[in-house]
Amino acid sequence: MSKTKSEAQEYAPPVIKAEELDPKFKYKMSKMHGAEKIMACFQCGTCTADCPIARFSEFYRPRRIARMVQLGLKDRLLLDRALWLCSSCFTCVDHCPQGVEIAGIVRVLRNMAVEDKNILPLVYKELATNLMKSGFVYEIPESRLQKRVEQGLPPLPKPNVKDVMKIFEVTGSARLIEKVQTIAKVESK
Amino acid sequence: MSNPKYLLFPGCVIPYRLSSYEISARKVLAKLGVEIVEMPEYNCCGYPMDVINHDLMLTLAARNICIAEKVGLPIMALCNGCFCSLNETNKVLKEDRKLREKINGYLKEVGMEFKGTTDVKHLIYVLSEDVGFEKIKNAVTKPLTGLRVAQHSGCHVLRPRKYVGRDDPENPATLKELIRLTGAECLDYMNETECCGNPIIGVNEDVPFSMAREKLNNVRNVGAQALITVCPFCHIMFDLNQPRIERAFNEKFNLPVLHYPQLLGLAMGLSPEELALNELRVKPTELLNQIVKV
Repeated sequence: MSKTKSEAQEYAPPVIKAEELDPKFKYKMSKMHGAEKIMACFQCGTCTADCPIARFSEFYRPRRIARMVQLGLKDRLLLDRALWLCSSCFTCVDHCPQGVEIAGIVRVLRNMAVEDKNILPLVYKELATNLMKSGFVYEIPESRLQKRVEQGLPPLPKPNVKDVMKIFEVTGSARLIEKVQTIAKVESK
Repeated sequence: MSNPKYLLFPGCVIPYRLSSYEISARKVLAKLGVEIVEMPEYNCCGYPMDVINHDLMLTLAARNICIAEKVGLPIMALCNGCFCSLNETNKVLKEDRKLREKINGYLKEVGMEFKGTTDVKHLIYVLSEDVGFEKIKNAVTKPLTGLRVAQHSGCHVLRPRKYVGRDDPENPATLKELIRLTGAECLDYMNETECCGNPIIGVNEDVPFSMAREKLNNVRNVGAQALITVCPFCHIMFDLNQPRIERAFNEKFNLPVLHYPQLLGLAMGLSPEELALNELRVKPTELLNQIVKV
């Protein structure tokens, strides 16, 4: 119980220090694909009200994320585990009266957390590793491939693993995945 | 009019653990005269990599689209996640020249170029737009009269509106209409358009389980005998995970979850075996008994 409380405090800090604010952060964000409209957020709260995750989590609040971006609380945002709770259902994107793509902003922040803070939930590192190895995010066992054919399905086309690996390299993703520190699970309470 | 012809994009999770969806979809599409071509050398749609690097998602998706462009056919996705990334990528790269040039820079390294000459559709839009309701209605030989079901379209076949733009995300009609064509009744329930929760299950289980539990309750409360899905991730959440959700909340649902082509297939006279209904975690025994009686 006490642990839950301290975590809640961590996400709702009473004081924001001026030196924490990066006044240029919102301009940087507004140049990123999917986060262009961040400055138009007027904090109406539609995104949080309609967010299915927010209904079941005590601290995931899309409106707060938008405000933190506007304030330039970059470090705090990128280290905030709440970032990883968005299910990208895009309800907030469709409902925002200002056309702000909150889910897009969360995605940009996740990409920054990987790049700048080397943070990534373990599950995504595992999926990426499988993908680089096999072309699919799950390693499909040989027995499953055989069963397909027994069930009358055509053989699964073989992916071009060399091409996939090349794409990981040229987009800089292979390097990112190599250096990330993984986090196992994120509590929702 | 010539028959619709598509490259089938099975994705990763369907061949990994939900071949029942692919089996039933192929059977139904064949009966409806949709020609399926296997997609050579395809890779993951890119969707799960969007959290790591947006360019990586776009480039992985675009590589698949380039294959389709080369073959000269549109792509049909069975999975909402695959549809999401392939469709979004296809649209943004067609519209945004600067982004297209950037992604083409990466694709050049694997000898490909996105040209913007093909289309991406989800199974339900192939059925509603290419096959058409009339033809499906005529193919129903064993109407499922008296069967009461509910639908869960899932998020990415509807949202975001600016990329999908085919159905109303607030009040979706496509899957409901497709269900009604089978003769079954499609029931309305609370919060129909809400997410299944599966996309974050690798990071947190409590929230997705609570979301799925609420949906299963809402569906049960209106008296539905089954839930109908068109996405492997939604299906896993409601079918495969149903016993775990029951244990977590000490509740019993026993609600069968069918892939839409399984429901349609039954109405077209295909047998439960042909449609791989035995692969479902929650056995649809009662439902099948009722259909046999009708």
